[in-house]
Amino acid sequence: MATTSTSSSTQTNGTTGAQRWKEMSKPEIGDWRVKGGLAQMLKGGVIMDVVTPDQAKVAEDAGAVAVMALERVPSDIRRDGGVARMSDPDLISGIIDTVSIPVMAKARIGHFVEAQILEALGVDYCDESEVLTPADNEYHIDKWQYKMPYVCGARNIGEALRRIGEGAAMIRTKGEAGTGDIVHAVTHARQILADIRAIHNMPTEELMSAARDYQAPYELVVEVHRTGKLPVVNFAAGGIATPADAALLMQIGVEGVFVGSGIFKSSDPAKMADAIVRATTHYNDPDMLAEISRGLGDAMPGIEANKIPEAEQLQTRGW
Amino acid sequence: MVSSLNRNTPSQPRIGVLALQGDFAEHIHMLGEIGIHAVEVRKVEQLFEIDGLIIPGGESTTIVKLLMRFEFVDQLRSRVESGMALWGTCAGMIVIARELADSYPTPLNLLDIGVSRNYFGRQVDSFEAEIDIEGIDGEAMRAVFIRAPVVSDVGDGVVKIASLDDGQAVAVKKGRVLASSFHPELTTDTRMHSLFVELAREAQIDTLNPTRNAEEISNTA
Repeated sequence: MATTSTSSSTQTNGTTGAQRWKEMSKPEIGDWRVKGGLAQMLKGGVIMDVVTPDQAKVAEDAGAVAVMALERVPSDIRRDGGVARMSDPDLISGIIDTVSIPVMAKARIGHFVEAQILEALGVDYCDESEVLTPADNEYHIDKWQYKMPYVCGARNIGEALRRIGEGAAMIRTKGEAGTGDIVHAVTHARQILADIRAIHNMPTEELMSAARDYQAPYELVVEVHRTGKLPVVNFAAGGIATPADAALLMQIGVEGVFVGSGIFKSSDPAKMADAIVRATTHYNDPDMLAEISRGLGDAMPGIEANKIPEAEQLQTRGW
Repeated sequence: MVSSLNRNTPSQPRIGVLALQGDFAEHIHMLGEIGIHAVEVRKVEQLFEIDGLIIPGGESTTIVKLLMRFEFVDQLRSRVESGMALWGTCAGMIVIARELADSYPTPLNLLDIGVSRNYFGRQVDSFEAEIDIEGIDGEAMRAVFIRAPVVSDVGDGVVKIASLDDGQAVAVKKGRVLASSFHPELTTDTRMHSLFVELAREAQIDTLNPTRNAEEISNTA
């Protein structure tokens, strides 16, 4: 259970997020490794949005590595408008009781009380998500305060490292949720990977300026320079609707995928779920992908993401 | 660290890591640290090109489903029966068990143990502990338990090689089959991987000397 989640706690113990990342990530301190470790176990897998226990069961049977419990899938949130909040605890508990795989749930950006509630419910991973309406225009949750690990969305390396500096143990691309259009997930995955390559290949004297330009914690920029990868697992999300979409992101270089509306807004969810799971394993095998992609029925109806005005985009929420 | 010149020479056993889902890359990295160039196993025919297979951490329901979907089960059983070394970590331990306390998924019964999944609770109950492992000298190993299972009962000939302070078995071995609740691949301690390489080396020697019979294999525990 979180002890406190006020932003002042950061100041009182006098450390920055990045310093804390450095301390907490040492092997002898378990908290960070068991948090990031669960994300390691999800790699090569598919995390599916579900809105009922029955859907959660379909996802588990299809081979999902985890489910995201929520009241409405992103395409319905987009259609309905209004304020999107954390799901009813009854719904989340019902899903937790139904499946044995990890259960994730979403809290609004900056809404640390929703996060405290999710932790109290026994949620395995919290998604501090732009799909819900942000609760704070300026501050994200101080994720170090929780035993529950966090996944956060990012569009570029700066955003990814800021979230990791705040304690996120897993990153996903934001994409443009609820559209069924893969273009922004591809853009964000390519951007993050390109930024990583650039940092990795920089002479060390350029790292501080890079940290300034990316608005990223210096210590984490140094870590990316040293290892050539993010210090946490990196998944894709936001617009994946077919097995080929999942394989595309895997070939571009992410470590697994989230599928939001793409499963249960398709014409045959069980079949689509099974196919996307298999495609994520055999993402590099065109013969297998051809076989997997046959006869799946209709994918979710899509919206062309490039035609959505910026004010209506979900990805611009958070900073 | 063995020189890279020794890579893939006949003296090194051939090791594969099941790469259907999970943290297979971490196992491959750890094996690389001790001079073994391991391969990602995604297709059933690859089982015939290796002396030892690691089933990594991941989500056990997903891994079992994919093993069945891609028709691994019979060939995997036959390779283990003919002496291939096998090590399941966490989800991998669940996959190879005889039976589970809960009804789901259906394990492959490659090792005579009963297993309780998520024994310690949910993710917020995950932890690390120092444990001693029989067959590994020196200081205790730092073991990472993530939504970890435990061994609830063992059949004939299965040896408990590591337990928690309360006596709960978390690593077992029978012949060349090894299972652990925890994740050595998430640490920098390669000793358990070295132990497994030795089991694979025995399997390799058998392959090169077909005169050794099945009885001898079962007595190497």
